[in-house]
Amino acid sequence: MIRLEKRPEPSKLWSWATPPLAVILTMIAGGLMFAALGKDPVAAIRTIFWDPIFGEFAFYYRGQLLVKAGPLILIAIGLSLGFRAGIWNIGAEGQYIIGAICGAAVGLAFYPWESFIVFPLMVIAGAIGGLLWAMIPGLLKVKFNTNEILVSLLLVYVAEFILASMALGALRNPDGSGFPGSRNFRSYPAAFNDEIIAGTGMHWGVAAAFIAVIFAYVLLARHQLGFQIKLAGQAPRAARFGGVNPVRLVLFCLGISGALAGLAGLFEVTGPAGQINIDFNVGYGFTAIIVAFLGRLHPVGILLAGLLLALTYIGGEAAQSALGLPAAAIQAFQGMLLFFLLAVDVLTNFRVRFGAGEAA
Amino acid sequence: MDLSAINPTLLVAALMVASTPIILAAIGEMVVEKAGVLNLGVEGMMIVGAICGFAIAVETGSPFWGFAAAALGGAVLSLLFGVLTQYFLSNQVATGLGLTLFGLGLSALMGQGYVGIRPPEMGKIEVPVLSDLPFFGPVLSNQDAMVYVALLLVMATWVVLRFTRAGLVLRAVGENHDAAHALGYKVVRVRMMAIFFGGACAGLGGAYLSLIRVPQWTEGMTAGAGWIALAIVVFGAWRPFRVLLGAYLFGGVTVLQLNLQAAGANIPVEYLSMSPYLITIAVLVIMSSGKAKAALNAPACLGRQFHASS
Repeated sequence: MIRLEKRPEPSKLWSWATPPLAVILTMIAGGLMFAALGKDPVAAIRTIFWDPIFGEFAFYYRGQLLVKAGPLILIAIGLSLGFRAGIWNIGAEGQYIIGAICGAAVGLAFYPWESFIVFPLMVIAGAIGGLLWAMIPGLLKVKFNTNEILVSLLLVYVAEFILASMALGALRNPDGSGFPGSRNFRSYPAAFNDEIIAGTGMHWGVAAAFIAVIFAYVLLARHQLGFQIKLAGQAPRAARFGGVNPVRLVLFCLGISGALAGLAGLFEVTGPAGQINIDFNVGYGFTAIIVAFLGRLHPVGILLAGLLLALTYIGGEAAQSALGLPAAAIQAFQGMLLFFLLAVDVLTNFRVRFGAGEAA
Repeated sequence: MDLSAINPTLLVAALMVASTPIILAAIGEMVVEKAGVLNLGVEGMMIVGAICGFAIAVETGSPFWGFAAAALGGAVLSLLFGVLTQYFLSNQVATGLGLTLFGLGLSALMGQGYVGIRPPEMGKIEVPVLSDLPFFGPVLSNQDAMVYVALLLVMATWVVLRFTRAGLVLRAVGENHDAAHALGYKVVRVRMMAIFFGGACAGLGGAYLSLIRVPQWTEGMTAGAGWIALAIVVFGAWRPFRVLLGAYLFGGVTVLQLNLQAAGANIPVEYLSMSPYLITIAVLVIMSSGKAKAALNAPACLGRQFHASS
């Protein structure tokens, strides 16, 4: 008979050990899944996790690592603040899209003005776009007590339709001979989010992600607001008595996560993606949820988790071309990772006891 | 724009079809939430149901077996959620989200060989007498079997929850799990059964999309239907017939905007397409504010963990 015994306090050791354990379990289960698809599991795992960093074409993949990790980390940092406080913004994908649209629209409005001021203005517009989109669930939550989970998620679909409408209408490239999609920012240097150090994949979005990690760390460790966020999540009643303003907290958490997601969208559209198009969003907003949990909602953890998930993206692409592994397999793999993480999390909060104990 | 092209009778008949997947998924989720569990994985279970149902229906040539497989597929996936939240005591919101993300990936993986195929057709059922009535005839009769199954399911859920002992136990577990446990009811077992039922219903709803409503398999084809079902449960204030009403409202908006698109309305297609989502948000806002206060009806233990020792 196996029993669970609640720990008086979450185990420090296990809260460090569970994410790597979950990754290992996912590799095993993922290997079984790849075997079921008729691929060599060892080769598949090696292609995904080893070759992009140490393999023959690592020089190409290493740059891609930062390109993919940047938006994931940036979004996940914002989400983690809300998740800690029990405020569930799961519509980051929508805020990412709207941020990209707003930022790109500002940039395109200035075309072809070559000035150093264009890009900063776009960045601000991107952040504001994401912020405003996240304020919809935020304000509905504080004014009408509407569930922010459902509203933020439903707004993702609305944002996708707006994206389609923009790519086919207002933002379409006037010189694009009728093809959908905006002007490509590659041909507009003042608005292009170029690599800061050529060949590393390090663009302004990645830099912003690192800055966000530092800010979040300071906020949580040293600032009163960070304390209030943690308090509201762990002891909502105590937080109320302690004078935490719930309205302010909801708006702050949703606002900051929206703004960061908007920034991620802006940096992506002006850099790696290059243009607003129908299929611009690729699900970073959802994968960032996995990143936030895998990183234990801790800024440094999120940094590492973001790099790992980025690795599964590029490793997955490599495995697609090398082994013919379907693209969807990676998506299932990422979902599995979250499951295993949540499952082994039981070890953090509970002690597992074997043998018959006293009657429960 | 030619509004006369929109035939109200056909509109309502189409509404019945459009709302059926939402009814199925929402009524299942309502039972789960009545037991005090918030499963945000409806979307994932629906899409896995959609591909399971589609694949089996194509392989066997029988929509019936397709639906059976869909219910099983959705239910098996929901057990994953059940085991994690009930035995491993994981966070329900996070696990539900994980279920959706995993389901979307898994379904895309399973559906690779099934893109662009037409599934076997399901026969329509003509209800005698009813079909001769004006208006109600075409609306209520001559629909496929699942439309009636969904309606019967709503009815049965209402009866079971309201008038039977099993329903009482389920509600007790959802309202106060500590008291239910003290009375000797198996909280975790009841919840697992509710989760299983919810998964089966979501699977059926998904298969209805891929086998009848669309009918085709494409990746991510549920397009938020599962999330709308979750919203409809809140809109319905955890009452079966109001959930039904909510699903009809959503189905009505969907069908109307499709008809407006076909009639060449002077509004861009994208804005018409987003209207069902916006209306769902609007009803959520109305229901959760002011006098309506649907939240007051929510099961008291919704989303809370249960562990016998604490």
